[in-house]
Amino acid sequence: MSILVLAEHHDGALAGATAHVVAAAQAIGDDIDVLVAGENVAAVAEAAAKLDGVAKVRLADHAAYAHLLAEPTAALIAELAGDYSHVLAAASTTGKNVLPRVAALKDVSQISEIIAVESPDTFKRPIYAGNAIATVQSEDALKVITVRPTGFDACPDRGSEGGSASVEAVEFVADNAQSTFIKEELAQSDRPELGAAKVVISGGRGMGNGENFTLLEGIADKLGAAIGASRAAVDAGFVPNDMQVGQTGKIVAPELYIAVGISGAIQHLAGMKDSKVIVAINKDEEAPIFQVADYCLVADLFEALPELESKL
Amino acid sequence: MKILVAVKRVIDYNVKIRVKPDHSDVDLTNVKMAMNPFCEIAVEEAVRLKEKGVATEVVAVTVGPKAAQEQLRTALALGADRAIHVETDERVESLGAAKALAKVVEAEQPGLVILGKQAIDTDNNQTGQMLAALTGLPQGTFASEVAVEGDKLQVTREIDGGLQTIELTLPAIVTTDLRLNEPRYAKLPDIMKAKKKPMDVKSPSDLGVEVASKVKLLKVEPPAERQGGIKVGSVDELVDKLKNEAKVL
Repeated sequence: MSILVLAEHHDGALAGATAHVVAAAQAIGDDIDVLVAGENVAAVAEAAAKLDGVAKVRLADHAAYAHLLAEPTAALIAELAGDYSHVLAAASTTGKNVLPRVAALKDVSQISEIIAVESPDTFKRPIYAGNAIATVQSEDALKVITVRPTGFDACPDRGSEGGSASVEAVEFVADNAQSTFIKEELAQSDRPELGAAKVVISGGRGMGNGENFTLLEGIADKLGAAIGASRAAVDAGFVPNDMQVGQTGKIVAPELYIAVGISGAIQHLAGMKDSKVIVAINKDEEAPIFQVADYCLVADLFEALPELESKL
Repeated sequence: MKILVAVKRVIDYNVKIRVKPDHSDVDLTNVKMAMNPFCEIAVEEAVRLKEKGVATEVVAVTVGPKAAQEQLRTALALGADRAIHVETDERVESLGAAKALAKVVEAEQPGLVILGKQAIDTDNNQTGQMLAALTGLPQGTFASEVAVEGDKLQVTREIDGGLQTIELTLPAIVTTDLRLNEPRYAKLPDIMKAKKKPMDVKSPSDLGVEVASKVKLLKVEPPAERQGGIKVGSVDELVDKLKNEAKVL
């Protein structure tokens, strides 16, 4: 088994998801390389070289890979894939965009969003919004796989004494006359990223409007939490879609998930039911969210939230 | 410009699914089926581009069993001009579907292909990207806005943490995200008219492709159930439990 992991990075820093994907790779085999592609990403490569279990970092640092556009990035990975039995990436918007293109270039299937490794060719993955778990086996010589980061505990750093894996430059530069980056508008926030936060507090349609989400902010500040939302709250226009937790949004599994004014549609539960501890605050005693919550508070959120904030 | 739009027949999103007792798959007998919601958004976008005068023809295509013609008729009722059915009873996954679609793209030469970003049954999120690779075309996935400007396409994409805008040369492949548009409902007269619109039926072998999946489905199980929790009477009790029992504060 030789495994190539595509590193996830933002703003010149290695993203936490990468350590989870390396952990998934360790469950498959022990010959693991990490590919860092991007522009001015030497610091990312150094951080990736510190991850436990990584044999080598391959660094493709070139303007062609800025913003990891699908066309050049997939061409790069397809070029390198001949050296490997498995190619893995996080099931992030980057991994989901690039990896199926790699698979098709190599004429192999892709296994999406695995949550467990049964053997080097057999994996578990959720289907039907997490309402069923499929065990699938790939017969392809090259396995192209995206990994749901919450399915695997992050691999540790080597620590200060552990040294680093070697970093080797990749010379291949992909031609791309088909796609051009124009701009990015990223939500500015001091709060942790939804996918990586240890605590998440989410609001649903019960919040009533977008302004009322400020009621969650004070609690989020005290707990160091990320703020999420149900699809109903997004569809109602309360908050932007990048806050959505659920089948069609982000999948989270924090230590503590607090669902406020969320009824608990299947599509929302699919995005949060692997959280360690779930708290639900809802005035409707019959809300399905209470069937998955560990602690259920039947209360008016407009009274409960200020009280909760004052008591934390 | 001709637009090709791909649709998939899936379980209706409101239906609670059941796993078969022998754990071989999800039980779809006598279950309500519908067009995949992301595909509805794809059809809507294609029809809107035609209404704006950007597109001249909208062709709907599906790869699937005979019954999937219902979903093609739905696409026709929503405004597609004609349909192509690649009929197969095989268990088709993304690569096989993309191979069949690539042959349709080759024959039809559309200026733009629009697909849903993922189907709500297998949740794979692959077909559009694979079709882009097989046809050698650029891709704009998870689109929340598309604008045709001459021979270029601007696509605003939903990415982790916000939005990204890219420009693609045409022809191109686009996959839809939720906020791209709100699909209309088909009106009865349009449903009647759709019955008379042309539908071309082909087999994968007519197209010279194999569509059967190479990924073996070994087992399908229901997910682990969460134990129901306890009711707390007050915010004080909640904070106390979180501190002293769950130890997460």
